[in-house]
Amino acid sequence: MTPLAEFLVVAALVFAIGLAIALTRRNAILVLIGIELMLNAANLNLIAFWRFGPHPEALTGMMFALFSIAVAAAEAAVGLGLVIAYHRHTKTTDLDAMTRMRG
Amino acid sequence: MIFGFSILFLLTAVVTVAGALAAALLKNLVHCALSLTVTFAGLALLYLELGAQFIGFAQILVYIGAVAILVVFAILLTRGAGVPEYRGYSSSWFFGLVIAAATFALLAWAVVKSLPASLVSATPAVSVQSIGTALMSSYVLPLEIVAVLLTVALIGAVIVAMPEGKASSEKGGPQ
Repeated sequence: MTPLAEFLVVAALVFAIGLAIALTRRNAILVLIGIELMLNAANLNLIAFWRFGPHPEALTGMMFALFSIAVAAAEAAVGLGLVIAYHRHTKTTDLDAMTRMRG
Repeated sequence: MIFGFSILFLLTAVVTVAGALAAALLKNLVHCALSLTVTFAGLALLYLELGAQFIGFAQILVYIGAVAILVVFAILLTRGAGVPEYRGYSSSWFFGLVIAAATFALLAWAVVKSLPASLVSATPAVSVQSIGTALMSSYVLPLEIVAVLLTVALIGAVIVAMPEGKASSEKGGPQ
């Protein structure tokens, strides 16, 4: 395998594990963790393509990854805030018990 | 070199994937958050191996410094009154696992099939100065939009997580 393919396979593995966490776990915080893992796998893809692509001096992939990290941080803050607000009402973070959206 | 992989890459890849697997399999939520931190550190090391020093250190600062701490805080804040003993996996866990495995198989197949045999280039020399120049010249509009997005998201997160009685009394106060 080429070096690029090695990094892409690692990113695919992390993405699949994040997807498995988001689809199978019952705790809302763990589902957010799975989404973070998927975002990180996408970032690894961007950086790998930037490194082995034809024009690394243009910095395009690096900038995309940088903005993606910033958006992921905002997503984590809002998501965890929502989980905490839901927990205050219903005393649970179990997704199977989250059956209504009205407060 | 082991099986054609460099030892450094193999070590960091194994640490990264093992941390993600531990986050998927462990029962204790705090242990999950700590193994997530290991995965973030492994990804930062992979970025450093790829020659993206700035992104690697930004990953350490943002993910290990902020997101992991936020996750641990959320776990500890929401743990108190809940039932400590419960099933960790949803009722449809089998389908989720099948979907995840199929996704990985598809991605790995596409990667192995579609890439050319040799694609080796020299490590690009990127200084922090060139990143700053790019951010301030051609990427200045996305940078400002991200700044606005972060402000809005963090204020929104604080308002969402604020106790409701306090928020409504402050809203109703001056009226």
